Amino acid sequence: MIFNRYRRGLFITSFLAAPVILYLVYVISPYIQAFYIALTDWRGVTATPRLIGLENFQRLFNDNVFWQAVMHNGALLVLLPLITIVIALFFAFLLNVGGPQGVTGIRGSKFYRVIFFFPQVLAVAVVAVLFQQVFRPDGSGMLNGPLMALGMGPIGFLSDRDVAFWSVLAVMVWQAVGFYVVLFSAGLASIPKDMFEAAQIDGASRISLFFRITLPLLWDTVQVAWVYLGILALDVFAIVWVMTLQHGGPDRSTTVMAAEIYRSAFEHFRFGYASALGVVMFFFTVGFAILSLRLSRRERIEY
Amino acid sequence: MPNTPHISRRELLRGAALVPVAGALAACATPAAPPAASSSAAPAATSAANPFGVGSKPLEVWIFDGGFGQDYAKNIHQPLFKSKYAGVEIKHNATKEITKVLQPRFAGGNPPEVIDNSGANFMDFGALSQDGQLQDLTPLLDAPSWDDPNTKVRDTIDQSVIDIGMYEGKFSVLGYVNYIHGIWYSQKVFRDNGWQIPKTWDEFLALCETIKKSGKMAPFTYAGKFPQYLYEPLLTMAAKVGGNEVLVNIDNLEDGAWTSEAMKTAATAWAEVGAKYLMEGTTGLDHVQTQTAQNKYKVAMLPSGSWLENEQKTTTPADFEYGMFPIPDVTGSDKMPYGTLHTQPGENFIVSARSAHPQAGMEYLRAMLSKKAAGDFSALVRTMTVVKGATEGRDISPGVTSASKAVADAGTNTVYYRWFNWYGPLKDEAIAATGELMSGGLTPDKYLERIQKKADEIKNDSSIKKYKRT
Repeated sequence: MIFNRYRRGLFITSFLAAPVILYLVYVISPYIQAFYIALTDWRGVTATPRLIGLENFQRLFNDNVFWQAVMHNGALLVLLPLITIVIALFFAFLLNVGGPQGVTGIRGSKFYRVIFFFPQVLAVAVVAVLFQQVFRPDGSGMLNGPLMALGMGPIGFLSDRDVAFWSVLAVMVWQAVGFYVVLFSAGLASIPKDMFEAAQIDGASRISLFFRITLPLLWDTVQVAWVYLGILALDVFAIVWVMTLQHGGPDRSTTVMAAEIYRSAFEHFRFGYASALGVVMFFFTVGFAILSLRLSRRERIEY
Repeated sequence: MPNTPHISRRELLRGAALVPVAGALAACATPAAPPAASSSAAPAATSAANPFGVGSKPLEVWIFDGGFGQDYAKNIHQPLFKSKYAGVEIKHNATKEITKVLQPRFAGGNPPEVIDNSGANFMDFGALSQDGQLQDLTPLLDAPSWDDPNTKVRDTIDQSVIDIGMYEGKFSVLGYVNYIHGIWYSQKVFRDNGWQIPKTWDEFLALCETIKKSGKMAPFTYAGKFPQYLYEPLLTMAAKVGGNEVLVNIDNLEDGAWTSEAMKTAATAWAEVGAKYLMEGTTGLDHVQTQTAQNKYKVAMLPSGSWLENEQKTTTPADFEYGMFPIPDVTGSDKMPYGTLHTQPGENFIVSARSAHPQAGMEYLRAMLSKKAAGDFSALVRTMTVVKGATEGRDISPGVTSASKAVADAGTNTVYYRWFNWYGPLKDEAIAATGELMSGGLTPDKYLERIQKKADEIKNDSSIKKYKRT
């Protein structure tokens, strides 16, 4: 009996050991090391970093550029989920129940579903380089070419500091929407069709169909999307680093926390300070995750 | 079953988890313990022919695989070294990402001997120097040159290399290429249109106006994505107007160095170019895009350095004929004469003090500084080196000829600055602000105040190591 229990334990342990070890070595231990490095003045090449206590954190509080980056992350945190979810919900609704009968998608919905998913398949770096060309400020830019042909001056999508942030947001939304269309479509597919039919027989318009049936029954999925997109907004890096001028410019108008961390570590060689920034970002992200999971607790609708 | 060894689940987990973790932790992000300092002892006796005492250990060389490629190292420098030290195995490597590949090697205590620490992602020299990673290259300067045992290496290279290579009072960084900065144009275009090289700033503005009115091309552009291409002529102009001390003060973080009168004159002059004569879309284009526009005769002039010709060799029309002219006279009472140039050694080579065989590293640099190595290098990559007279008797290219002539004309009137290498955050601020100056987002005064503020911030930040120059 004891032997059996022991064997069972061994069996489970043997399966758990590998992932737990990997997790400890490659996730937990770097975190702990980052906390330690944040307390040093390590410049990345020396073998003996010096402990300087909380000096890095004091410096960080007076670092305007970092707080500018935090503001941009904050703006993305609000706007990215909101815009993406609204657009994705709209598309998912049209693709699944937006047809004239209320139980099928609009014409060609299968085709659109594939199209919408394309951006998700591309690597982020590819998307960034692609949009550099789309946003080019001269006649060979995909957007500025037609604009200039129409006699309108070229718009500095990436070079005008008032526009650049919105360009970044647009690209992020463009890339994210496809995935959430699929996610919401899956959610919609699990809603029984007779609910839509019943509502239609009662004479519900498409708008009230959306707000009274679709949205409430999809609420769980929307919450998941919100958390995912929020985390995406907090740790955005590659799009900003690759696509924008001067890695977060012009004049830091698009910079984000992760870009500042990278810059401090690998361009200014202040690994200690970069780790301190990383620690702060860690708490922002964890804080967001806890907060959003708390706030979104709600009764499930059973059907 | 009392004899069955009872291992609780927890104990087992702990045992299984900790063994590999202990090993892995030691090799992770945090640096390893310092290695025993063994490299300082000379592995072999020194002699006149072998001044540093090169032993038999291998020599590892890392080349930045950028505009100059890596062939010059493989086909010119390494065979020359081998011709004398056949027994030393050379491990040649090349990368575009010096920092990513080599920073862990330094942190781990086994850096390679010779590194071409260049490109966008070079390792910070200040950080390396602060940590004692840079081999003191003074013995190299005092060694006999490769070609002539009666001449010291010190006397075969430009003095600015030695000045700029100083870190913490020791010569530790060898710039190999002599970058000559100026305004670049097509000699063919200027000849065909009858445009003259401007000698004064008024002539320059008049030329811009003529080009603009001609409708053939835009007058001026710069790598808008990288505004450091523009603060270069701005600073050179300020030095020309106010004398070399303008740049010395900026490098030394003196109070008000950025807001001096000369800087105001220069910032105002370039802001006017930014407002009136830039090619459309300049601020969003990078160096390759703007330089290619010039090759396509869409724009007449751009500021760049002597690497330009080689960088553009695949897109330049055969009869383009690159030429370069210096910053024109600005006020009529400029402190420095016409022809003043910004020359700056680049393509920086270092030898790691904690590598296994730094003696061979220094000897490799000595071989690189021979006339043959430097001359062949110039012929291959169409760029001048810091070795004096290495291109004598060679006809390399119109651009190199034009730049060499400018250097000869300038004589001792050359300037340089180093703050951008010393203070990374200041460089970022200057880049951001210069972009704004050129697109009209900042007035010249606000522009200089903004950079001055950052310079003051750095001056008062005790965690940033300060440097001085004269």
